[in-house]
Amino acid sequence: MPVLELSSLGQPLPEKSAPGQSELLRQFARGDLDAFETLFRRHQAEVYRSIVVIVRDPFLAEDLTVEAFWRIHRAHARFDPERSFEAWARRIATNVAIDYFKSASHSFARHTQGGDDPDPLENLPQPPSPDPAITMEVRTKTAQAFRQLPPSLQVAATLALIEEQPYGEIAATLGISIGAVKLRVFRAVRLLRKQLIQQGIKP
Amino acid sequence: MNPSEQKRIAKLLKQSIPPVTDDAAQLGRDLWPTMLQRLQKPEARAAWFERAWFNQAWFDCALGAAVAALLAFFPSAIPVLLYHL
Repeated sequence: MPVLELSSLGQPLPEKSAPGQSELLRQFARGDLDAFETLFRRHQAEVYRSIVVIVRDPFLAEDLTVEAFWRIHRAHARFDPERSFEAWARRIATNVAIDYFKSASHSFARHTQGGDDPDPLENLPQPPSPDPAITMEVRTKTAQAFRQLPPSLQVAATLALIEEQPYGEIAATLGISIGAVKLRVFRAVRLLRKQLIQQGIKP
Repeated sequence: MNPSEQKRIAKLLKQSIPPVTDDAAQLGRDLWPTMLQRLQKPEARAAWFERAWFNQAWFDCALGAAVAALLAFFPSAIPVLLYHL
């Protein structure tokens, strides 16, 4: 009896013989498009989530998810079927988000210098339990200062301080050691503190 | 910088950029159709590239044949050609 697989969205996958996970990964590494589709449907939600927590924009995260899977597809020959697809995909997704920040930092810098680009920090969402001691101006300045951090520091600090992910998980996602994650978070906090003090905000 | 300072900055950061909620982190639609479109793009580009390469290769072959014929019928043109090369 054929196994009806359900995608991460609860939609049935196209009916086809369901190979085991290791066979599926081997097929993908050989460049099989059906295997890629199966992996895409299984992991798109997870890859999307790992991107949206970094870029914090659902529409942009969808575009970057497709970009991440495009890179995954192109790199199929370099994938080792003995290793975890999830971890590999998550690392590629994070790199896509970092690359986005690198390219977007120029347009953000133009905006802060009075350019015509839309402000990516307009309409900041309200925190679940807002602290009345922290004004909207302080929140905006903090968010702006944070967005001006180097992308690698910004991503490490987002995952560690805002999303409160364990250092080990962040290290696996970024493909670096736990010590390197701690160092990036420390540098991010130090730079942020310096910029806030320059703007007259005592953190 | 001491740990309490880092905690204060983390708190300020969370007030400024709130964590993504579980609902917001859910993918709302299937992205496979978009992915398929993306996969077809480079193929189209490759086909265009191949066509262009074929046209260019055809032209190069014809030019080479014409030069070879010219040199075969008019060997005296060889020194002139070498001079211009």
